[in-house]
Amino acid sequence: MQDFFDLTLGGISAGAVYAALGLALVIIYRATRVVNFAQPALALISTYLAYSVTKATGSYWLGFAVAIVAGTVLGVATERLLIRPLRHRSELSAIIVTLGLLMVLQAVAGMIWSNEPLAFPYAFDFRGRFSANDLFVVLVVLAIAALVLVVFKYTPLGLRMRAAAFAPEVARTLGVRVGLMLTVGWGLAAGVGSLAGLLATPPFLFPNVLDGVFVYALTAAVVGGLDNPLGTIAGGFVLGLGLSYVSGYLGPELVTIAALAILVVVLTVRPSGLFGRAKVRRV
Amino acid sequence: MTVRTSLPETRVKAPERKRALPPLLVHLLAALGAFAVIVVLTLVTDEFTNLRIATIGYYLIAVAGLTLLTGLTGQVSLGHGAFMFIGAYTVALLVRRVPSFPLWADLLLASAAGGLAGLLAGAAAARLRGPYLAGATLALAVGLPALTRRFPDFLGGSNGLNFTVHSRPSGVVGVIPELRWQTWIVWLSVLLALVLVVNIVRGRLGRDFRAVRDDEVAASLSGIAVGRTKILAFLVSAVCGGLAGGLQAFLLGTAAPGSFTPALSLSLLAAVVLGGLGSLWGALWGAVALVYFQAWSEDLADVLHFNTDVANNLPLAVYGVILIVVVLAFPRGIQGGFQWLRARLKSSRRAEGER
Repeated sequence: MQDFFDLTLGGISAGAVYAALGLALVIIYRATRVVNFAQPALALISTYLAYSVTKATGSYWLGFAVAIVAGTVLGVATERLLIRPLRHRSELSAIIVTLGLLMVLQAVAGMIWSNEPLAFPYAFDFRGRFSANDLFVVLVVLAIAALVLVVFKYTPLGLRMRAAAFAPEVARTLGVRVGLMLTVGWGLAAGVGSLAGLLATPPFLFPNVLDGVFVYALTAAVVGGLDNPLGTIAGGFVLGLGLSYVSGYLGPELVTIAALAILVVVLTVRPSGLFGRAKVRRV
Repeated sequence: MTVRTSLPETRVKAPERKRALPPLLVHLLAALGAFAVIVVLTLVTDEFTNLRIATIGYYLIAVAGLTLLTGLTGQVSLGHGAFMFIGAYTVALLVRRVPSFPLWADLLLASAAGGLAGLLAGAAAARLRGPYLAGATLALAVGLPALTRRFPDFLGGSNGLNFTVHSRPSGVVGVIPELRWQTWIVWLSVLLALVLVVNIVRGRLGRDFRAVRDDEVAASLSGIAVGRTKILAFLVSAVCGGLAGGLQAFLLGTAAPGSFTPALSLSLLAAVVLGGLGSLWGALWGAVALVYFQAWSEDLADVLHFNTDVANNLPLAVYGVILIVVVLAFPRGIQGGFQWLRARLKSSRRAEGER
C-alpha cells in the first residue's frame, strides 16, 4: 500500500511534465497541423543554455528565464524558416523536416556541450516523498496550462489564433494576420516546451535526455486528442500515473513499451484520442 | 518522325528482346549480374572496403523496405531500427542456442521474426495516420532496445550478445578471406530479397500500395482493401528490416542495443528521403550515402582535427541537414536528379535529331 501511494505521487509529478510537453505539441498541432518532432531538441538547446547561464552567473532563475526566452525564439525561427515554406506540401514533408531539425540540434548540443551527462540542478529540494520540487513542478504546469487555456479562450489574441487555425481564409478577410498568428503559436508552444524541458531534465543533462519524455508527451497528446489541450493535460497525468505503476510493479525498462501499448489500445478504440473530435475527411 | 509517349518506358534494364521473359526471371538475371559486379568489386578492393560494401548491402535492404513503406504506401515509420534489432537478436540467439541450424535458416527466421513484429505493428498502423503512426513507431524504436536490460540473462543486457559464425565451407578456407565470403553472403541474400521486393513493387500489390498512398478513399472505392494493403506493406517492409538486422549481426558477430538507437531509425529515413522517396534505385543511393557520409565525416574530423565531441556528432548533424535541405529544395532526392538529367539528355538528343 505504501508503494502504491509513493508511485501515485511520483506519477503525478512525472505526468505534469508529460502534460506540459504534450501541451506544446498540441498548441502547434492546432495552429499548423504539424506534429513538431523537433520539440524535444528545441527544449534541449534551451536547457543547455540555462545550464551555461546558471554556471556562469550562479543563478538558477536567471538560467530558467533565459531558457524560456530562448525556446520561444527558437520556435519562432523554426516556423518562419522551415515550416512556412512547406505549408502547401504533404504532411510527410513537415514530419521529415522537424525530424531533421531534431537530429541537427541534438548533434549541435553534443558538439558544444559534449555527449557526457552534466549535472543539472532541481529548482527546489527534491528529497523525500512528494518533495518541494515535485510540488513546484505540478503547480507550474497547472498554472501554465490554465494560462494557455485562458489566452486561447478569452483574449482577442487567442480568438485570432483560433480563427487563423480553423478558418484561415475567413480569418484573413476579416483582417487577422494569419501568418503572424501561426508564428505566435509556435513561439508560445516552444516556450512551454522549454519549460517542460527544464522540469524534466534533472538530475542529468545529455543530448538524448528528453527522448523518452518526448515519446510519453506525444503519447499523452495523442491519447488526449491532438487538438484538445485540456484532454492532453488530463492524458499527461493519466499516463504519468499508469507508467509509474508499470515502472514500480513490472520494471522501469518496460515503461516505453507500456506507453506504446496504451497508445495503440486507445487509438484502436478511439482513433482521434479519448477527448479528440472525430474528424470528417473531405473526399 | 516517330510519336513518343511522354511516359517513361518500362524500367526493366534488360534489353528489348528479353521483354518476353517473365519479370521474375528478368529480375533474377539482373540480380545475378549485380552479384557478379559485387564479387568483382570485392576482389579488387581491400578488406576495409569489403566491409563497407557489405555494410551498404544490409543498409540497402533496410532502406528498400522503408522506401516501400514510406515512399510507396505513404506510411511513416520512425521505428525501422526496431525491426533490425529483432532480426539481429534472432540471429544472435539462434547461433548461440541452436548452433546446428544452418546460416540460411537463421537468416530466414530473422526475416520471419521481423515480419511477425511488422504484422503486429501493421495491424496497429492500419488504424493510424501520419503523425500518430510516426509517434507509435518512434515509441517502438525507443522502447524495444530497453528490453535487453529487462532480460539481461537472455538478451545479454547493455553489452548484447557476441558470437562467432563459421560460414565458410571447408573448401574455401584459406582461399577466400572470411570477410570477403561474408560480404558475398550478405549481398546474395540482399539481392534475392530485392528480387522479391521489386516483383512486389512492379506487380499488382505495388499498384495497390501506390493507390492507397495517393488517395485512400479512391483506393477503397476501386475495391482495394486499404487496411489489408497497409498491413501487407508493413509486413514486407519489416521482413526486409529483420533480414537487414540479421545480416548485420552475422557480419559483425554481435547484437547489442547500442546499435539500434532511435538515431538509426532516423538515419534510415534520411537515406530514403535523400535517395528519392518512392524509388527503389533511390534506396541504393541512400544506403551508399549512409555508409560514406559516416566515413567521410570521420575523415573530415580527422583532417580538420575536430575534437571528439564534434567528430562523434558530425554524422548525425549531416543526416539532419540532408533531411531538411532535401525536403525543402530537392524533394525528389538523388534519383529524381538522375531522372531529370536523363530527361534533359533525351530531349536535347531529340532536338538534335529533328534538326
